[in-house]
This record gives sequence, C-alpha cells and structure tokens, in this order.
Amino acid sequence: MGRYVIRRLLQMIPVFFGATLLIFLMVNVMGDPIAGLCGDRACDPATAARLRQEFGLDKPVWQQYLTYMGNVFTGDFGTAFNGQPVTELMANAFPVTIRLTLVAILFEIVIGISLGVVTGLKRGRPVDTTVLLLTLVVLSVPTFVTGLLVQLLLGVKWGWIDPAVSPAATFDELIVPGLVLASVSLAYVTRLTRTSIAENKRADYVRTAIAKGLPRRRVVSRHLLRNSLIPVVTFIGADVGALMGGAIVTERIFNIHGVGYQLYQGIVRQNTQTVVGFVTILVLIFLLANLLVDLLYAVLDPRIRYA
Amino acid sequence: MPDTTDGKMLTAPGPAVTETVAPGPESGPAPAKARSLWSDAWHDLRRQPMFLVSAALIVLLLVISFAPGLFTSASPRHADLANHYLQPPNWGNFFAPDWLGYDGQGRSIYARIVYGARASLTVGIGVTVLVTLLGTLVGMLAGYFGGWADTILSRVTDIFFGIPFLLGALVVLTTFEERTVWVVILALAFLGWTQIARVARGAVITIKQADYVVAAKALGASTSRILLKHILPNALAPIIVVATIALGGYIAAEATLSFLGVGLAEPTVSWGGDVSTGREQLRNAPYVLIVPSVMVSITVLSFLMFGDAVRNALDPKLR
Repeated sequence: MGRYVIRRLLQMIPVFFGATLLIFLMVNVMGDPIAGLCGDRACDPATAARLRQEFGLDKPVWQQYLTYMGNVFTGDFGTAFNGQPVTELMANAFPVTIRLTLVAILFEIVIGISLGVVTGLKRGRPVDTTVLLLTLVVLSVPTFVTGLLVQLLLGVKWGWIDPAVSPAATFDELIVPGLVLASVSLAYVTRLTRTSIAENKRADYVRTAIAKGLPRRRVVSRHLLRNSLIPVVTFIGADVGALMGGAIVTERIFNIHGVGYQLYQGIVRQNTQTVVGFVTILVLIFLLANLLVDLLYAVLDPRIRYA
Repeated sequence: MPDTTDGKMLTAPGPAVTETVAPGPESGPAPAKARSLWSDAWHDLRRQPMFLVSAALIVLLLVISFAPGLFTSASPRHADLANHYLQPPNWGNFFAPDWLGYDGQGRSIYARIVYGARASLTVGIGVTVLVTLLGTLVGMLAGYFGGWADTILSRVTDIFFGIPFLLGALVVLTTFEERTVWVVILALAFLGWTQIARVARGAVITIKQADYVVAAKALGASTSRILLKHILPNALAPIIVVATIALGGYIAAEATLSFLGVGLAEPTVSWGGDVSTGREQLRNAPYVLIVPSVMVSITVLSFLMFGDAVRNALDPKLR
C-alpha cells in the first residue's frame, strides 16, 4: 500500500510538470503577456522592451519556465494584474470554489446515486423510464443554460433566491449554484449507477445474500451497492477537477468570486501569473483526487490490493 | 501437410475481417449468413424509436445548416432598430421573421437561430472527426507497440487529460485575435483527443492478443497491414460509440465558450453568442436568451440520443 502510493506519486511528477509546462507555453508563446499591461492600446516599443526585460520575458521560454517553477516551489506565485500577489487571490478564491464543489459533489452522491439505485432496481418500470428521459434532458442542457434559466426563474421571476451570491459565499447561498454546477454530472452519475446496479443485480453473490435470508435493505446497501460503486467513484473522482475548472461558468452567472472568476479575469487580461498559478493548483487537485479514487477501490472491494 | 491446412485456417480471418468492414451501415440485413457486428447493429438500430427520432432531427439540422435560406427569408444580420426588443414573439406567425421576436438590435431571432445552426454543427462534427483521427492514431500506436512508445504516449495523454478542458480551451482561444469556426475546432480538438486515445489504446491491447492478429503476424503481414486491416476495424466499435456521444458535448462546449465571449465572435452567427447577448435584457425580454438556449439543448439532445442508440446497438452487453 505504502509503496503503491509512493509509486503513484512518482508517476504524477512528469504529468504535473508536463501539464504546467503545456499551460505555461499556451499562455506565454501564443499570447503576448505584455499586451494586457498598457490598457486597451498597444504598448510603445520602448516601454514594451523595458517591461520584457523587467519580467525576464527576453530570456528563452525554458528558462522562464524553470524560474517560474523555482519560484512556485518557494511559495511565490507572482503578482496579478492589480499588483496583488497571486497567493492572496488564491487564499480568497479557493475556499469559495471548494465550498461550491463540495455542494455539487454532495448532490451528485446523494441524489445521483439514490436515483441510480432506484432505477437500476426497477429497470424497465415507469420510474426507470421517467428518470432515464429526465437524465437525457439534463445531460443535453449545457450548464450555462441551466444556470441562466434557474437564475431567471428562481432569482428574477419568483424571487426565491438572490440572483447573485454575496462575497461571503456561505454554504446556504451556494446550494442552488452547486446544484446547477452538478446538474450534468448528476445525470451522468445516475445513469452510471443504474447500469452498474442493473448489471450486478443478477450476480451470484446477490442471489446468495438473498438466499441466506438477509433483509433486502442489507442486500442492496452492503452487497449490491458496494460492488456497483467502483465506476461511479471513478467518475466522481475525475469529476472533481472538471467541476472546479467548469465552475468558471457557474461562478460567472451567479457572480461568485471564486477560482473561475479569478481565472476568467486572468485569461481576459492575459495575466500569465494568475492563469498559470491557478491552473497549476487545479492540475494538482485533479491528480490527487484521482489517486484518492484508486485508493478507495481497495476500500470498496477488498479483493483489490495494492502491493 | 499440417502446414497448408494451418495456412488455410489462418488465412480465413483475413477476408472475414475485411468483410465485416465492407458492408458498412447501409448494407441492410444479410439474410442467410451470420451477420457482422455492423449489419447486426444496423438491423437493431432501425427498430429503435430513439434512433429514428434523433436521426431525423440530425438530418433536419444538417439541412438547415447547409441551406438556411430555405427556412427563412430574413437575414440574420439585418438590424432594424424599429424592431428593437420589446416586440414580443408573434407565436402564431410560424416561420415568419417575427415568429420568435427580435433581439436588442432588432434582428430576427428566428433568422439568427436558423443561421446559427451551421456554426454549431460544423464545430461539433469537425472536432469529433479530428479528435477521432488523432485519438485513434495515438491510442493504436501506444496500445500496439507497448513499451517505451506506450509509456511516452500515455504520459502525454495524461498531461493533456490533466488540464481542465474548458479552461484549456479558454486559454488557447483568448490568444487568437480572430476566432473563426476553424480556430475553435482546432482549439477544442487540441485538448479533446485524450478520451478517444485511452479507449482506443484499451481496445487495441485486447485485440492484439487475438488469434487472428497472431496468425497474420505469423504469415508475415507487415505492421501497417496488421494495424489497418486487422486491428483498426475491430477496435472501431468502442471508438465510434465514444465519438458519437462526445459530439454533443463539443457542441455544448462551443456554445459555452461563445457564451463566455471567447468562442465564435461576430460576424459569425452562433447560438452561444446569442445567449450571451440575451443576458442583457433578462428581465424584459427573456425569450432573446431562451430561444437560442433551447436550440443548443435540442441539438445536443439529438446527438446524445443518437450516440446512446448507437452504443446500445454496438454493445450487446447492455441489452
């Protein structure tokens, strides 16, 4: 187990550096980092040259990357366009987005898995067909459409919620945005659980469990569900990264000042430091979430062991 | 001599495999002999209402995007400020320019959704084609050759997979001054090929141990022949399933990017862009936002249903 974790962590190193290098190149080589610094006009050549030298942009790209990474490992993520250190932006933004993602994942787990179990057990019945059609509809409505419609109906028309979330972004304010963020994945989790349950329902171990007289509740929760959860857990683990990255849409609609908001500002103003810094952390979270999922397999299915 | 009989037995899979590819989806049922995976799938698909409905919708959308002029006489860019907003949709007046109302600049919303179809479909289909080609190539090479090639290609796949799709696309697209349909297609394909590569790699690893591949190798078939004639046709089913389901996702991604203001830009008419402009008058004229939103959703839905039906037909395990 310990050796497996170490091996996985070592494998993550090239992926981490590759992904950060890729995003670094995308921001630096394709876009001009200077362009955003002189307002909407282009900088005059002398100023541009001075700025380039000041930021070390006249050096080769690999050297810039190494310098940047060196700084990152000492905790220096550079400065954002408004002169604030990027770490300060992160300290404000990440807690908000983590809360939002937690709400979303909670919805995925509670609603998604419950619906999946119900439909998987009653495959072909009206409940199943209804939920299946519903998931198809939810899957096909992009998040920004769901968000805008929810904001229009609940926020503007009926006044149930505030159309915009306050800067504090407490848990109760994030319930509706979290549901919006989760919607597509929620439908996916439902379908995945349903397929998995329906497949395992006829397995020998389920028949044995029923035959030895276990109550139905226990058969479903301890035997069937536990064995059916592996693909679902895989999906949810991979989804953590996608949710935090995809929060950019939800955060924009509900005016939540989280990671997505900062990233959007950074991207639009072409601020290299903000974008690369935030994405670096997101990549790290994504990799760790996937590792956690692989370790969860062994908890769910004791037959899986890591040497 | 045992050698010749062996040889005969071993050559058999060759033509059998090419036969499974040749009939394609159009060939219909082959009555007497055993049906191939593809004709079996086609036989199955024709009886699925979900497939028929989604295929009909997709054909309609394709016709609209090829010949938008057939569906409306109005121009999507003709702005008449006399019609500025607040001219509510004239629901009864089907297919007339004022059917779905006018937007903030007095442009016919109906004309705009008709002309916006082309951008969405081109992006969806274009990205899917590119992603399938690139992903299949990478996955096949990694899966077939194994060893170092696999290690390097799999790591590269992991690297691209580690970057959140939407964010990566956002970063790439902001660096382009002029964002045409092709730029958007390239940006999405650049980041989106990993899923197909993983599926293709998995399929190829299973297939390369099959007897007919071993046999072809023993007969001295070249690597390229084995890859193209034996491995590719048999690895195609899972790839096609993933690709058709992903198509709807790419259309949604394009609309999302246009909504965020970094996707397709004027003068290209796009649904996502129209949803974004519709936000300005959310309270007074919600239909400006709702109509293109519904169009995006219907389009994604048709491709999802199509992909679902294809998966059910190609994956007998799910029946």
